[in-house]
Amino acid sequence: MVKNSEYKSCYHCGNICDTVEIDYDNKVFCCHGCKTVYEIFSESNLTAYYDIEKSPGARPKVNEGKFDFLKDQQILDKLLEFNNDSIQIATLYIPHIHCSSCIWILENLHKLNPKITSSQVNFNKKTVRITYQSQTCTLKEIVILLSNIGYEPYISLDDYSDSKKQINRSIIYKLGIAGFAFGNVMFLSFPEYFEVNEYWLDHYKPLFRWLMFAFSLPVVFYAAQDYFISAFKGLRAKILNIDVPITIGILVLFIRSTIEITFDIGQGFFDSLTGLVFFLLLGKFFQQKTYSFLSFERDYKSYFPIAVTKIVSETEEIPIQIYDIKKGDRLLIRNEELIPVDGILIKGHASIDYSFVTGESEAIDKISGDKIFAGGKQTSGSIEMEALKAVKQSYLTQLWSHDIFNKNKEEAFVNLTNNISKHFTISILTIALVATTFWLFYDANKAMNVFTAVLIIACPCALALAAPFTFGNMLRIFGKHKLYLKNASVIEQLAAINTIIFDKTGTITSNKKSTATYHGEPLTDGEERLLKNTLRGSNHPLSRTLYDILKANDIVTLDAFEEHIGHGVQATLHDMNIKVGSAGFVGKFESEKSLQTSVHISSNNTYKGKYTFYNSYRTGLSKLFNQLKKHYDLAILSGDNEGELNNLKKILPTKTKLLFNQKPEDKLEYIKYHQTEGAKVLMLGDGLNDSGALAQSEVGIALSENINIFSPACDGIMDATVFHKLEQFLIASKKAIQIIKWSFLLSLIYNLIGLYFAVTGQLAPVVAAILMPLSSISIVVFTTVATNWISRKLV
Amino acid sequence: MSVIYILLGVSVIVALIFFVAFIIAVKNGQYDDSYTPSVRMLFEDELIKDKTDKTILTKKE
Repeated sequence: MVKNSEYKSCYHCGNICDTVEIDYDNKVFCCHGCKTVYEIFSESNLTAYYDIEKSPGARPKVNEGKFDFLKDQQILDKLLEFNNDSIQIATLYIPHIHCSSCIWILENLHKLNPKITSSQVNFNKKTVRITYQSQTCTLKEIVILLSNIGYEPYISLDDYSDSKKQINRSIIYKLGIAGFAFGNVMFLSFPEYFEVNEYWLDHYKPLFRWLMFAFSLPVVFYAAQDYFISAFKGLRAKILNIDVPITIGILVLFIRSTIEITFDIGQGFFDSLTGLVFFLLLGKFFQQKTYSFLSFERDYKSYFPIAVTKIVSETEEIPIQIYDIKKGDRLLIRNEELIPVDGILIKGHASIDYSFVTGESEAIDKISGDKIFAGGKQTSGSIEMEALKAVKQSYLTQLWSHDIFNKNKEEAFVNLTNNISKHFTISILTIALVATTFWLFYDANKAMNVFTAVLIIACPCALALAAPFTFGNMLRIFGKHKLYLKNASVIEQLAAINTIIFDKTGTITSNKKSTATYHGEPLTDGEERLLKNTLRGSNHPLSRTLYDILKANDIVTLDAFEEHIGHGVQATLHDMNIKVGSAGFVGKFESEKSLQTSVHISSNNTYKGKYTFYNSYRTGLSKLFNQLKKHYDLAILSGDNEGELNNLKKILPTKTKLLFNQKPEDKLEYIKYHQTEGAKVLMLGDGLNDSGALAQSEVGIALSENINIFSPACDGIMDATVFHKLEQFLIASKKAIQIIKWSFLLSLIYNLIGLYFAVTGQLAPVVAAILMPLSSISIVVFTTVATNWISRKLV
Repeated sequence: MSVIYILLGVSVIVALIFFVAFIIAVKNGQYDDSYTPSVRMLFEDELIKDKTDKTILTKKE
């Protein structure tokens, strides 16, 4: 018997070598794939791969036929970035890139294949850009080489979209311009700060001032234009958003400063103006810097392959593009390939894994003539099918045409800053008017001065900075704890949640582990050993699961072994015979169809009993629900049958609503209905069947065991390992709102001090020059320190 | 003291040169990937020489 502790971990991929152990070159490998990759690397003197990180590799999965479509010129044209007679450049997305070893090996590809001229990795985006000689080498060759060494590229329908995504760099330009102008203006206004009455400085004052004016022009008219646009849009929609007072502030600063220097009244506030815009853009930049390697806007296009194999005649097979599939086409689906359209199974044994669609990881067996749906993944050999619809009309793709996917959640949401700024703008305008009226009677000369001064000093830059910096930092901290949110406003919405809805399969249950209990006559030791050894030979998912659950036993060689696809397995050893599989297969008549997944066993043709599988729930589930029930309404929506009802009732608080047999639309409607009753919904789901619900809810978070692939369009992606921390994340979001409120208070105090100087008509440029940056910087420091402080509990 | 015109002119031109360099750098995608180059820099140019003695090349456990 082999004990767990004796298992060695694979030198290449780090997995525990529990079933196979291959010794090669004094190293242990878990499978031949890993060993082969090691051989490839060591032959090319690339073993430094293993020096940079420990066991950095992945088990290679090679499926040669899978990339046949790369021969199609039309598809190739869309994928290639550059293409001339001798050189082609392609950028491939490789989900497995995860450490510095990956960068190293991928940038040394030219050593593995000399026809590759160069390759460059973008780690954040997980892409590699490969330049190669097109006369002697094809993209297919390169893709297969990459797959062979465990870096299989992920080429999906998304890559096929007509418009290549443009990188938006405008924020960096704007930030650069504002920073550049800010620095120079500060430098030029230096003499004026100290009001030195020095002849030469006085003499050149106008020159300095007009230079400052020149520097501020691009800042106002280019760098700050987003604020103008947003304020204009807000006003047109009759909303007083935060950008309105900011725009007023910028305009007043600019106009007053220009008037001041034109009539030689003073030096103006160009330093504050440029500084203000610079800080505001800095805040925006901070907020925008999100995780570029995660995609939150996935739809079916990111899941579907570009092409499938069409069977034209008995002998001819051609790859065709997904969009070209017509009703009635005969398609060949290879092992591990995705079914692109709804259709009918014609030939072969289908065992379809619908986990992308439903979250259910168990493969469903289908026989010839059965209907199969788009989005399923074939897991046992090749099959042939006939398309019933075109891709766009398939059930799964139709879900995406639902209105909810065209709605922009962010715009519909009035955030805290805008809410406060509405009152803020009104009060500032009132104060400015009242103060001006007062001065008009008291000292009319100063009235205009006071009016502009109030608008300048009250410009809510600190107010505008509080939210981006707090949320920006929270995003970063959440990301460090493996909850990746799409943007800052999600945190605000998280704080407002009062209802949490969970999907069952794949969300609160783990995909990887199942537990099984045995009912029936106990098995003898001999039978148990035979059972384990029988399962060892079967690749059916249930066999694999049961095999992993059963105690380890000696490995024996079976006398006979037979697998009946779709039914079960049977084996003989000495005089013992065992049958494992469906009830009918082992010879038991089932009176009623059971809702549970079971594997039945008979030994020497007498029925012994069955293993019933239960979902294995994520650790800490019960505790989490008990914590959450105090503050939130909880519900579980499951696409599955009620087989797990009693089990769920045992672990979850009594108030939890449990709904079964929910279709994707049902989930969406359920959330919609509760929203009309005032619920603010957080939805947690994983499969594509949850995507409608994720989009409809206030916050939709996709739970994922592998954050890099397969998460539907959502507001956030959560790593399954931190699921139990959900409540802590919610608390932290609430505290983040608190921090913003405190910063608002702080900025209000600054504004009041500033207003005092402004209203009393004594706002000197130097006061503005000190107060404005001080308030901005202290808000930034405050929010950063405070967010780090509240998140220390998120361990 | 009229030299201040020249001084100002020079300093503004120098600043502008840097600014243009910045714009060009952004345009060429220098700021698109801020992580990989920092790792790439740490790799040895030629970590492995063409030696036949494999025991030196592979990692000691």
